[in-house]
Amino acid sequence: MLELLQYPFMQRALLAAVFTGLAAPAIGTYLVQRRLALLGDGLGHIALTGVALGLLTGWAPTLTAVAVAAAGAVLIEVLRRSGRTSGDVALAMLFYGGIAGGVLLTGLAGASAAVLNRFLFGSITTVSSSDVWVVAVLGVLVLTLSLVLAPQLFAVCQDEEHAKVSGVPVGLYGILIAVLAAVTITVAMRTVGLLLVSALMVVPVAAAQQATRSFRATHLVAMGLGLVAAVGGVVTSYEADTQPGPTIVLIALVAFVVAALVRVVAGRVRRVRPVGST
Amino acid sequence: MSDDAVPAQAALRLAGVDVDLGGRPVLRDAGLEVRSGELVVLLGPNGSGKSSLVRAAVGLVPSTGTIELFGTPLARFRDRRRLGYVPQRSGVTVGVPATVREVVLGGRLPRHPVLGLHGPADRRAAAEAVERVGLADRLRTPFTELSGGQQQRVLIARALSNDPDLLVMDEPTAGVDREHTEQLAETLADLTASGTAVLLVAHDLGPLRPHVTRAVVLEHGRVAYAGPCDAVHDEGHQHPHTSDPAPVTPVPGEGVW
Repeated sequence: MLELLQYPFMQRALLAAVFTGLAAPAIGTYLVQRRLALLGDGLGHIALTGVALGLLTGWAPTLTAVAVAAAGAVLIEVLRRSGRTSGDVALAMLFYGGIAGGVLLTGLAGASAAVLNRFLFGSITTVSSSDVWVVAVLGVLVLTLSLVLAPQLFAVCQDEEHAKVSGVPVGLYGILIAVLAAVTITVAMRTVGLLLVSALMVVPVAAAQQATRSFRATHLVAMGLGLVAAVGGVVTSYEADTQPGPTIVLIALVAFVVAALVRVVAGRVRRVRPVGST
Repeated sequence: MSDDAVPAQAALRLAGVDVDLGGRPVLRDAGLEVRSGELVVLLGPNGSGKSSLVRAAVGLVPSTGTIELFGTPLARFRDRRRLGYVPQRSGVTVGVPATVREVVLGGRLPRHPVLGLHGPADRRAAAEAVERVGLADRLRTPFTELSGGQQQRVLIARALSNDPDLLVMDEPTAGVDREHTEQLAETLADLTASGTAVLLVAHDLGPLRPHVTRAVVLEHGRVAYAGPCDAVHDEGHQHPHTSDPAPVTPVPGEGVW
């Protein structure tokens, strides 16, 4: 186990996994609360266009992906809020437009499908030192805002009308949640890939919900599970020679299945136990 | 306080308020005032515009006309800690479980709407408000595990937790049993006695009746009656029975929404 820490590429991979594993569920909890669990998927697709734009222009794909995904996040929130387009239709347009734009621009840039695959499915073992810095800075930004603004973001996601009457800037914070989701996707892009990033935002939250009774506990437990899944996935992929992205997501899914089974069994035990017993 | 006849500033004043929703008129030329220490109940059949009126009053639906909170036009009103709002039915999204305490703490947000975590004073106020609605033992219970009536009481506690000067409540007794409606009536009586202004939508007066300062009856989106609640019967729809009702002018083309 400690042997893998001797390799600089694994050190970088594990660092990226730590920030990804914490940041993705930190913002994902708000998306699930808002019933926008699939937003991450839509933004992941549009981030692909950002990556392709980077390949075409020679700019850092991570930065172009952040810019394009954040712009997409603002657009979808504005469309949703204006009521002109339903949330799922706006998401569908992002899916199609993002994939089409990404593949088209990658082709124009003369890049191979293998390059695109690095971003679609993650390539954590090729993460450079500068990548780690970008992931760390963006990850800390997402984590800090998710925790410092917890009462306000929770209110916006839980009861938007009440939050508005209370003076919370619901429009601004709605956009902030979407933009933080876009930033998180870019953070997680090199770890789990754009196609699987949404899983790391949603599955740890779903798993945590099986055992928690409060929003705060769900938020924190989901972050813990995300961390375990991301780091565990990187380690397992090294030991088992599997791809890190899918390994991370499958570990998160296993955690969900185990938590759900424990909940069902515990529920049955409680029902069987005679009334009054302790 | 002096007995000089200086009229208290209205906590809430609406005059000539129109609301259109989806291109349809739902409220026309509505007006009312609620002053400090008054409990004003808004009555009327389903679709008469009661909810639209209170939602307009707190800025949740666009409207024309005059709406003032404590003398300040709604668009410029910033002192949100003076306003408490209880929605008609739970708008609480349940994607992730939240405890009663977490929901009620939302009522303290006007004190730090942009930035700031809940502190011990917020948690204390939330616990007191939950106790006030008789749910002290459910503070850590997930909101979704409560009955509809209990959820409604949690939303009332959320509004009370901030100790507002004006409380706007859209059918707070919907789904709440008689015992807890009586408890709410006592709570509202205490609040108005201490100077809080309350505007409340209800289907009937029930246990609230002895504490009501004034009833306002809406019909077809217009104020059909405003005055003492003695003239208002609880049975069936709230048709005012008074010798001198406010004239009701039908709006051309409008039916019962």
